[in-house]
Amino acid sequence: MHIEIEDISKEFGTTAALHPVSLAIPSGALVALLGPSGSGKTTLLRILGGLEFPTAGRVLFDGQDATGVTVQDRRAGFVFQSYALFRHMTVFENIAFGLRARPRRSRPPEAEIARRVGRLLDLIRLPEIGARYPSQLSGGQRQRVALARALAIEPRMLLLDEPFGALDAKVRKELRQGLRDIHDTTGLTTVFVTHDQDEAMELADLVVVMSMGRIEQVGRPDDIRARPKTDFVREFISA
Amino acid sequence: MSDAALWPPRTSTAPRRGRPVTTETPLVRRTLIAMAVIGLGLLVFAPLVVVFVEALEDGVAAAVASLGKPDAQAAIRLTLTIAAISVPANAVFGIAAAWFITKYDFRGKAFLITLIDLPFSVSPVVAGLCIVLMFGANSLVGGWLVAQGMPIVFALPGIVLATMFVTFPFVARELIPVMIEQGRAEEEAALTLGASGWRTFRTVTLPNIRWALLYGVLLCNARAMGEFGAVAVVSGKIRGQTATMPITIEMLYNEYLSVAAFALAAVLTLLALVTPLLKTLLELRHADQLSASHRH
Repeated sequence: MHIEIEDISKEFGTTAALHPVSLAIPSGALVALLGPSGSGKTTLLRILGGLEFPTAGRVLFDGQDATGVTVQDRRAGFVFQSYALFRHMTVFENIAFGLRARPRRSRPPEAEIARRVGRLLDLIRLPEIGARYPSQLSGGQRQRVALARALAIEPRMLLLDEPFGALDAKVRKELRQGLRDIHDTTGLTTVFVTHDQDEAMELADLVVVMSMGRIEQVGRPDDIRARPKTDFVREFISA
Repeated sequence: MSDAALWPPRTSTAPRRGRPVTTETPLVRRTLIAMAVIGLGLLVFAPLVVVFVEALEDGVAAAVASLGKPDAQAAIRLTLTIAAISVPANAVFGIAAAWFITKYDFRGKAFLITLIDLPFSVSPVVAGLCIVLMFGANSLVGGWLVAQGMPIVFALPGIVLATMFVTFPFVARELIPVMIEQGRAEEEAALTLGASGWRTFRTVTLPNIRWALLYGVLLCNARAMGEFGAVAVVSGKIRGQTATMPITIEMLYNEYLSVAAFALAAVLTLLALVTPLLKTLLELRHADQLSASHRH
């Protein structure tokens, strides 16, 4: 699914988190929103996911206006910064949550739910942990469970907020490849937020550099590295 | 790399060796324990024992007989009725208030939190007087309601209102810190997975707050059954009709019927003790779940 962002702006009270920004994300791309804290990248991601509504502007999914579509109807697989796993549910119940929350007529039978959860646990290479609680998992395992839970709803796109932020360096490297693999297998349009330029450059097809609520530059990683458009981009990617 | 090379062993502080740094000396420990035991014993345990000793002064039969009297029976029924109405109502209000305060940002939030705490700082007698002024037969609203045959003051509705006012903060106060600590991320996750607001509340929010909610409800219940000041003003103390257990106890005591007074007091105490006991039992049974959901 391709995504178009048309002159989106967002104000919280009197402070502007996003000045009007526009961006086109081609179908199936793996995109990084890169910038320091306060650059508006998370706000933009949350607007795509339907967790915030823009003050002005439009969001189009496959050419159709989705600006007012509720968070439930967007079918965006969202991975939260600290994963937000349901702490009182097992891993299995976490992943099954989205399927069980469907209205009765589109809800798969329990056997089908179990089969799909099993397949997702295989996909994240943790087939044995269905009965465990989130508090019994390592940070890297939690991240992968959060990813499986987001994928369970058969999302139209995958949105990740600092997916590697809470992990140590070694696990981070492994999971980068994990996300790349999952993206390549599912072919989902994927947007992730990061403040780490190495992560963005290594993983993404398209990097969107943001600062102070504005988009500074959009381009392929080697493009941005070779031809930074502004002083901010030059300094940020060399830092 | 050896630490010993960088940090030569300390010789001057030999007594500390082998003991965690947060541990106090035996003398300090024993003094603290003794203070806690003496304080609890004198202020909490001894008065409780005295209530039961006094109640059974003339034997078990006399105490039971006094509890069988119609006025005592009416008082017990009334107190249980009040708790049965005001505790669920305050649980719902408390959840709603805590939800609103912790999940949304709005202006005047600090003011609202202060308002929720108001019943703690206002004397219950003053609260009772406010209800009399608002709903008494001489007030505009109260006069009309009396004319409709629905008096508030000197009747059950007034007592319930007074009790609800006094016990309003308990549930909200227990929930707000827990819900702030848990943040909104899990609810947001449920929404992105397609769950409706109600389903999110039922399957994500409520299980996460259940222990705090239970504790708040238990505290609220204990106070609802024990409230005296506010109820004394609005009830009119009509024996057998609007006299709750605490009020009946006071009336009996003032009439030198000490066995009857203490027998009823013992029942009230037992009712109040059921709640913390229930909580402890539940905690023991669900200890593993508690640690799994790491609520401290």
